[in-house]
Amino acid sequence: MEKLVIAGREFSSRLFLGTGKFSSNEQMSAAIEASGTEMVTVAMKRVELGDAEDDLLAHVRRPGVQLLPNTSGVRDAEEAVLAASLAREAFGTEWLKLEIHPDPRYLLPDSVETLKATERLVKMGFVVLPYCQADPTLCKRLEEAGAAAVMPLGAPIGTNRGLRTRDFLQIIVEQAGVPVVVDAGIGAPSHAAEAMELGASACLVNTAIAVAGQPVEMARAFRMAVESGRAAYEAGLPVSAASMEAQASSPLTDFLG
Amino acid sequence: MKVKVNQQEVETAATSLSELLQSLGLPAKGVAVAADGRLVPRAEWDRFGLAEGQTLVVVKAACGG
Repeated sequence: MEKLVIAGREFSSRLFLGTGKFSSNEQMSAAIEASGTEMVTVAMKRVELGDAEDDLLAHVRRPGVQLLPNTSGVRDAEEAVLAASLAREAFGTEWLKLEIHPDPRYLLPDSVETLKATERLVKMGFVVLPYCQADPTLCKRLEEAGAAAVMPLGAPIGTNRGLRTRDFLQIIVEQAGVPVVVDAGIGAPSHAAEAMELGASACLVNTAIAVAGQPVEMARAFRMAVESGRAAYEAGLPVSAASMEAQASSPLTDFLG
Repeated sequence: MKVKVNQQEVETAATSLSELLQSLGLPAKGVAVAADGRLVPRAEWDRFGLAEGQTLVVVKAACGG
């Protein structure tokens, strides 16, 4: 399997893991191990005064695993920049999963704020991986703004509904000059395999593993699915976006000169 | 002097941010601090003076996807 390279760093595993919703830190840690992942996301929260809670990072950090802090909870680019700065300071990494989803019902990312924040954070030296709509034009704009990868959604976060955006993901993959990580909505190993077969560079999975009956076994299942889907892609599946090319119904003359 | 730390009012005799964090028993590692909406880099904690009514936010890692 080809190695995945993001911002000059090589990854042997194409499965990224989120740390939310596990029933214990020990279970999460075992799932990280079983998944073979080399990229693990963490969020941030306010420290409760007088709280002697177990240190999450001790369960996440291990050799060969890149920590990917997210900006979950921010509502706009301004807040994202502060959250990113706090994350860099707290965790000592410039890597960042930028996520700006002010809408609490569907948690859909705000494209305008995400692009604005990407432009600013790239200039501040962050390695920015924006969680974004499966919008091929937006993904190109994020790439031009310096995003190290793009992370379009398959379906809303935590819904396990699979690749509802499949056709657009295919166009994104076809056009992308940076790695495409399918994030959100992947609810079963078959969804992850499907994403990899259509040429995604990696998948980010959280809920489907964390809330499974046996999360560690499910992590292993996802690992195999991602490897299998990628192997099939590299072996040359007859997948093409050609049939999706638009046919103009209005004249495409350059009437504005 | 009174300051707000993570939305809780705290009465403190500390004069620097370092002293305050220490007096509250907060870990020095794995956290980051913002004062009035701006990051205070760790290297400045010792000399960062506290002011009456200041709003501080101290964050650490949480589980998340």
